[in-house]
Amino acid sequence: MLYALVARLGQMVLVMFGISVVVFLIFFATPGADPSARIAGRNASQETLQQVREEFGLNRPLPVQYTLMMRKLFVTGDLTSFVNRGQLVIPTVLRAIPITLSLVGGAAVLWVLGGLLVGVLAGATRGSLLDRSLMVVSLIGISMPVFWLGEMANLVTQSRLHDIWLFSWVPALGYVPLSEDPWGWFKVLVIPWCVLATLYIGLYGRILRASMIETLQEDYVRTARAKGIGERRVMTRHVLRTSLVAFVTMFGLDFGALVGGAALLTEVIFGLQGVGKLTYDAMLTLDLPMILATVIYASFFVVMANFVVDIVHMILDPRARDVD
Amino acid sequence: MNLSSSARTDSSAVEPGTGSAALVAESPWATAWRKLRQDRAAIASLIVLGLITLACLLAPLYAQMVSGTDPFTTNLGGSIVVGGESRPILAPSTTGLGLGTTPIGPTGEFGPYLLGADAQGRDVAARLLYGGRNSLFIAASATLICLVLATAIGTVAGFFGGMIDTILSRILDVLWAFPIFLLAISLSIVMLNQTLRIGPVEIGSGSLVLPIFIIGIVYIPYVARPIRGQVKSLMSAEFVIASVGIGASSWRILLKDVLPNVVPRVIVFLPLIMALAMIIESALSYLSIGVQPPNASWGTIIQDGQSLLYSRPLVALAPGIAIAVTVLTLNILGDGVRDAFDPKSSVRIV
Repeated sequence: MLYALVARLGQMVLVMFGISVVVFLIFFATPGADPSARIAGRNASQETLQQVREEFGLNRPLPVQYTLMMRKLFVTGDLTSFVNRGQLVIPTVLRAIPITLSLVGGAAVLWVLGGLLVGVLAGATRGSLLDRSLMVVSLIGISMPVFWLGEMANLVTQSRLHDIWLFSWVPALGYVPLSEDPWGWFKVLVIPWCVLATLYIGLYGRILRASMIETLQEDYVRTARAKGIGERRVMTRHVLRTSLVAFVTMFGLDFGALVGGAALLTEVIFGLQGVGKLTYDAMLTLDLPMILATVIYASFFVVMANFVVDIVHMILDPRARDVD
Repeated sequence: MNLSSSARTDSSAVEPGTGSAALVAESPWATAWRKLRQDRAAIASLIVLGLITLACLLAPLYAQMVSGTDPFTTNLGGSIVVGGESRPILAPSTTGLGLGTTPIGPTGEFGPYLLGADAQGRDVAARLLYGGRNSLFIAASATLICLVLATAIGTVAGFFGGMIDTILSRILDVLWAFPIFLLAISLSIVMLNQTLRIGPVEIGSGSLVLPIFIIGIVYIPYVARPIRGQVKSLMSAEFVIASVGIGASSWRILLKDVLPNVVPRVIVFLPLIMALAMIIESALSYLSIGVQPPNASWGTIIQDGQSLLYSRPLVALAPGIAIAVTVLTLNILGDGVRDAFDPKSSVRIV
């Protein structure tokens, strides 16, 4: 058990290392993507370019550059941005985290509840009109690009219907910290939460329904019914519990990716300066230290999520405990 | 019960010695096609998808015959006749401070500027059709690239095992742990900043090849991993062991035993990956790192419409609806194809 845990941790570190190398290579080693040209600005003279290369250590061999950057990030913690001179990378990322966490956390609550509701209702009444209409609505939810849905939400709540009672409370786009004004925080985030959760409610509802229908055909469900256990109890204790495995796996991965910056489009549409927006801006300006920091931060969440998912999997499904 | 529905998929159903039995074994492909034909939602989706594609292919015809303007050049000073009166395409703004201009809205007539103009006075309806061509083309090509590469990688890893498998699987693991969207964005930004030279071929930043390759590559792990798993389990299946036993060559086993079992799974992925490719293409184009101007795609038109969102919402609304309808039909088709080809598979992708 302990060995498995240590091996697992080693694997996580390895994956994170791999990701940081991939990102480094994408932005540094692709032919023509000379970061010094970006830093020096348009039409910079050769001397300026040379000066920039010296100053940022860009004339060193790639492994040295990588090691230097990693040491600044993890050991001394004084990594600074290439673009906004003197801006420390770590505090900037730390400032963006609460915004992303607020957005993704609230949306996650919505989509777990919504997904459970849709999935259980549809799975329990499979083949009925309710089931079919829920599935159609879910499919539509999955098919809309999130940034477009966000724009349409803005169109309705900020402009077209802003003056009627239903949406007159919607504040202007932006972010209000939870610690300063909890009610304002809630009001400003409700619409982004709904927009971000739409896709996932549809997705999770469909997955849950599918795995419930699959589980219903398992032998142990028949056994439980044969023992005379009530239908309700069979559904909750036997069917839903195993069906949740797929649900939990997906939740872990999606939550990790979103907290890691994949909620970027929602953040852009609603003017939230979260990690995704930070990553995107850094990528646009080829601000490599910032990109590396945000991407390593993101991969940390994805890898952690994988780890947690495995543990929850073992708790939910007794069969998974016997493996390794 | 009629004959076709009682026909069985495996040839063992035809017992030897039953004489001139009318039962003819149906190939798995025929079974799948028959099931798909009975799925009314899937067939309806296929038809809608065909109509959308046809409409987009006819874009040049529409631009010439109906809209009568070039949808790729700005038309700032022009005017058109609507309902007998002449209206400027870009009228001085009447809201706010009265600065800037508001493009003409939907004319309500089947003719020029059916859906209005964008901020540069270009016909939105014609751009929508041209944009659809690019969106569909990119999504379809990226899907093909993704499926071909993923099948190759997954099959090689599962078939040969050992060192090759370990290396390929680790690479897939790393890509898998990378939020897909961020990977696509990083690749796009880097590629847009340069001109790629591969031998004599030069790929400029405006080329559609870039989004096609980027989108094709980022989804490879999603397809390659399940295929690798399937090939691995096929390798211990009895009929493969039997082939090994009678001394069949690796190539023969690969082509005759393994690949025919992998192909249905790959086909199930096709509409689903294409739906994802449409969404990610629109997102990249919306962030102006996908299709580059003067080319259009549904994503770039939504981007064009963002500054007009509150005055002329249709510019952003229409391409979004086009994306949603196309992706919806692909998803419905995906469900139908899965039920027809591989009812037990648990293919799941976001």
